[in-house]
Amino acid sequence: MNLIVIPAYNEENKIGRVVRGLFEQGYKNILVVDDSSTDNTCDMAREAGAKVLSHKINRGQGASLETGNIYAKQCGYDVVIHFDGDDQMNPTDIQLALDKINNNEADVVLGSRFLDNRSTIPFFKKYFILPISRWINFVFTGVKLTDVHNGFRVLNKKALDKIKITQDKMAHNTEIVKQIKQNDLKFIEIPVEVKYHEFGQGVLGGFKIIWDLIVQKSE
Amino acid sequence: MLLIQILLIIFFLFALWKVILRYKAGDLTSGGLVFWFLFWVLAGVVVMIPNSSAYFAKIVGIGRGADLVVYLSLVVLFFMVFKLNVKMEKINKDITKIVRTEALNKKE
Repeated sequence: MNLIVIPAYNEENKIGRVVRGLFEQGYKNILVVDDSSTDNTCDMAREAGAKVLSHKINRGQGASLETGNIYAKQCGYDVVIHFDGDDQMNPTDIQLALDKINNNEADVVLGSRFLDNRSTIPFFKKYFILPISRWINFVFTGVKLTDVHNGFRVLNKKALDKIKITQDKMAHNTEIVKQIKQNDLKFIEIPVEVKYHEFGQGVLGGFKIIWDLIVQKSE
Repeated sequence: MLLIQILLIIFFLFALWKVILRYKAGDLTSGGLVFWFLFWVLAGVVVMIPNSSAYFAKIVGIGRGADLVVYLSLVVLFFMVFKLNVKMEKINKDITKIVRTEALNKKE
């Protein structure tokens, strides 16, 4: 049984489209974790047919994903799909990831924007921010990936049990990769499409991630 | 005694009074009370007898007593900022746990 977990904060204009798009692909279990949005994200998600959990205080994307993961474990789901709520991802990419999980090729499937040419990545991001981020990711995790921080990943039951997201903000992406290595989980990257409506995480966001990772190491 | 010395001593006495009040209110542990009490008393000694810092400065190889005080203050301040940051992170994580539990308890 699969559960799609969508962390969402102030996505009232997009969340309905994202949820409906997933239903159209045949996915039945969709959970939106509303991270204390100040708009109608919660109602829009419910109206589109998703289950909704609401954080009373904004805690960040990592915290929302962990809430979704715990919900999945409590409800007995075997596979969890992390999917963004900003309508930038392509729901047709999920099937290939599920095939890899179901064929026991991997415990974790990570999406990569660099394994095909479908993604439209802003120039500065593609040639400056992402290469540096990949290197930083490698320093902190010891895992070489073709991409970082795009939010598409699928975890099987074993990975769901092992991975515990403690980074509430955006550093959870690096944390997950680190835990994949620490727990010796099998992982694979698959090509995914990400269409940018906004620039997304910038240089300052990157510094915040590094700071969060350093603080966590020192705790 | 110089005016600055008098003002600093008054401030240190005020700080000591606040330390005792915080301890009585239960906001400060016994360890914290001892640390901050000694801290402000030492600061008072250095202000009242400026040459006392020069003695320690010479021992550690620093020219002037005032420089030793500045260096030590910087080290202590940086360390405290770091500790506060880590503590804030822990508090943040506790808040997340509460928010998450509340959200999961209300699942449909």
